[in-house]
Amino acid sequence: MKLNGAQILINSLQSEGVEYVFGYPGGAVLHIYDALEIQNKINHILVRHEQGATHAADGYARVSGKPGVVLVTSGPGITNAVTGIATAHMDSIPMVVISGQVPSPLIGGDAFQEVDAVGITRSCVKHNFLVKDIKDIAETVKRAFHIATTGRPGPVLIDIPKDITIAQMTAEPYPKTVDIRSYKPTVKASDRQIKKAAQLIAKSRRPILYSGGGSVIGNASKELREFTRLLNFPITQTLMGLGAYPGTDELSVGMLGMHGTYEANMAMHGSDCVVAIGARFDDRITGNLAKFCPTAKVIHIDIDPSSISKNVIADIPIVGQVGQVLSALTTELKDLKLADISKWWTQINDWRSVDSLAYKRTEGVIKPQTVIETLYEVTKGEAIVTSDVGQHQMWAAQYYKFDEPRRWINSGGLGTMGFGLPAAMGAKLADPSRDVACVTGEGSIQMMLQELSTMLQYNTPVKIVSLNNGYLGMVRQWQEFFYEKRYAMSYMDALPDFVKLAESYGHVGIQVEKEVDLKPALIEAFAQKDKTVFLDILTDPTENVFPMIPAGGGHSDMLLAGRDDMVSKNETDFTAV
Amino acid sequence: MRHIISVLLENEAGALSRVSGLFSARGFNIESLTVAQTNDPGLSRMTIVSSGTDRVIEQIVKQLNKLIDVVKVIDLTDQDHVERELMLVKVCVKKKDELEVKQLVDIFSCKIVDVSDRTYTIEIAGKTRKLNAFLNALDFAIVMEVSRTGVTGISRGRTII
Repeated sequence: MKLNGAQILINSLQSEGVEYVFGYPGGAVLHIYDALEIQNKINHILVRHEQGATHAADGYARVSGKPGVVLVTSGPGITNAVTGIATAHMDSIPMVVISGQVPSPLIGGDAFQEVDAVGITRSCVKHNFLVKDIKDIAETVKRAFHIATTGRPGPVLIDIPKDITIAQMTAEPYPKTVDIRSYKPTVKASDRQIKKAAQLIAKSRRPILYSGGGSVIGNASKELREFTRLLNFPITQTLMGLGAYPGTDELSVGMLGMHGTYEANMAMHGSDCVVAIGARFDDRITGNLAKFCPTAKVIHIDIDPSSISKNVIADIPIVGQVGQVLSALTTELKDLKLADISKWWTQINDWRSVDSLAYKRTEGVIKPQTVIETLYEVTKGEAIVTSDVGQHQMWAAQYYKFDEPRRWINSGGLGTMGFGLPAAMGAKLADPSRDVACVTGEGSIQMMLQELSTMLQYNTPVKIVSLNNGYLGMVRQWQEFFYEKRYAMSYMDALPDFVKLAESYGHVGIQVEKEVDLKPALIEAFAQKDKTVFLDILTDPTENVFPMIPAGGGHSDMLLAGRDDMVSKNETDFTAV
Repeated sequence: MRHIISVLLENEAGALSRVSGLFSARGFNIESLTVAQTNDPGLSRMTIVSSGTDRVIEQIVKQLNKLIDVVKVIDLTDQDHVERELMLVKVCVKKKDELEVKQLVDIFSCKIVDVSDRTYTIEIAGKTRKLNAFLNALDFAIVMEVSRTGVTGISRGRTII
């Protein structure tokens, strides 16, 4: 039977088990949309903006663990998608983006809706392809899914000129296997490195486990729990790693980094052995590199060799799949005698008693932290929480204790405002039975508002928890601290009536002004299972995120809330145990 | 320190821009870059001369390896190797300069590949240092233009990439 290129493409996606395609049609992809229309295995979600498609696919991928699939047209279709592709790239999210291209003979001629998609996306994809022959379509799709989902995952773009989708050929079976001679990601770590690391871990007296997004994306949560509990070591998790190890567990010292807890950052600072697990020593984690972990030996486990010794030199690098490495280490360490770390725990508990996430409630205003704590209470810590970018993101990460991986969905690497809402839609599609909350602010939400329409069309009920403080809060916070309170462009005037706005999109809108109404409003919102509810919560406009490591500071240079006019109770020369 | 990095990569459209894009995006420096097809028509070989601390070079090698089209990367500087560069120099020769230029061509064992009314085009191959020395030896005033290929290299003995 003869098929056209578009049909071969759609058949290939079906063979990959694709459930949802997030996309937006246009001239160059009309044949592909036609092929989608005549089948019923793949559901297409028509977004309102291509950036929304990429974030929705991203949210879907983060929750399901399966690659997100995006379909956009040429020109503005693909340029609009770039932000979402870059977001996925920074956070190592598996995604396959198919973009239409102008017909092959027109490429390079500045045709209508032509851009060099492969060129534009080169630096923000794991790999990209321009399909030049109908015969290559199936093989390219196979390769794209393989590359996107193996090793360190990431987005892969397939650019398909229109004429290739029109051309016809006799159908061939979809390739079963794929072999790319230039792409063989390391999976199994070297035994020698494992042994060396185990020796160092067993001897360490002030250890800390520092786990990142790799533990979530690498599905290594089980192995991480076994490893941590065997050792009885303190564990801190990055913004991207939250939930791989339960946040409510006794061994968890919370998030580290710029807005990490006092105990997590101080433990990093005082440690003699940092075990980095699927984490990449991002600048928001390390602070000033010159002051980073001054007394620690570093063991770095990562599937991507280029992450190792990029920012911080690893004493013992281990390249491999996180779960596999952790179970090998666990086996190795079962036979070793561990050093006594009880004094270290005493020290950590002392730091814990500082209670760095404490905040002052003020009569008459809703504290944003209270909103997150109430959200946690109302959802019993069981919801999937997506977020946008800014203060609310940090508060959500600090005050919602994630006990399971793939529940906390946020743009950590690129920090993309507008991510939260479409990601929530993707998350809901991936796990329809679970409550999904999108924690956002009045700034971020306005970057992707139009997706409210998509959410109605496809019935993806989520609860939008918007912390409306009238400011681009994180910008305002930096201006308050470092720009002598000159609030340049961080105040947002002329805000819409979010309640009416939600209603006009066919959803439910609730405004919360008083703290007493907060919990009832959240309960009411979550009770409306099949409705998207927009909670416009007016929060304290002057609240700041603490603790905070200011730019140039190290882990022991934290600013703590309300203490000594923001000077932290630093213990740079605490007694080493 | 100067390093010569040899890269074997798929002979695909856009492979060169992936490499050059990587260098500019990550702020690595390129002194020279040469690329051409190998004995296997499916593969290209690229030779990049870069400089940086050991850490930077380590990152360059790792980042190159991370590119999907890259089959293999070696730092030739780590091993016994041969490196060569080819240069074409066009000089303007007046009668009085002719002898001196011919003598220099002899001394540097290079050759004149094109002669026209008052110009010689000289071809010289060798290590970068030799090419630089030849240029320095020529009277600056008579050099009209220079075209260099950049360094290519290969390891000595039985070792292959």
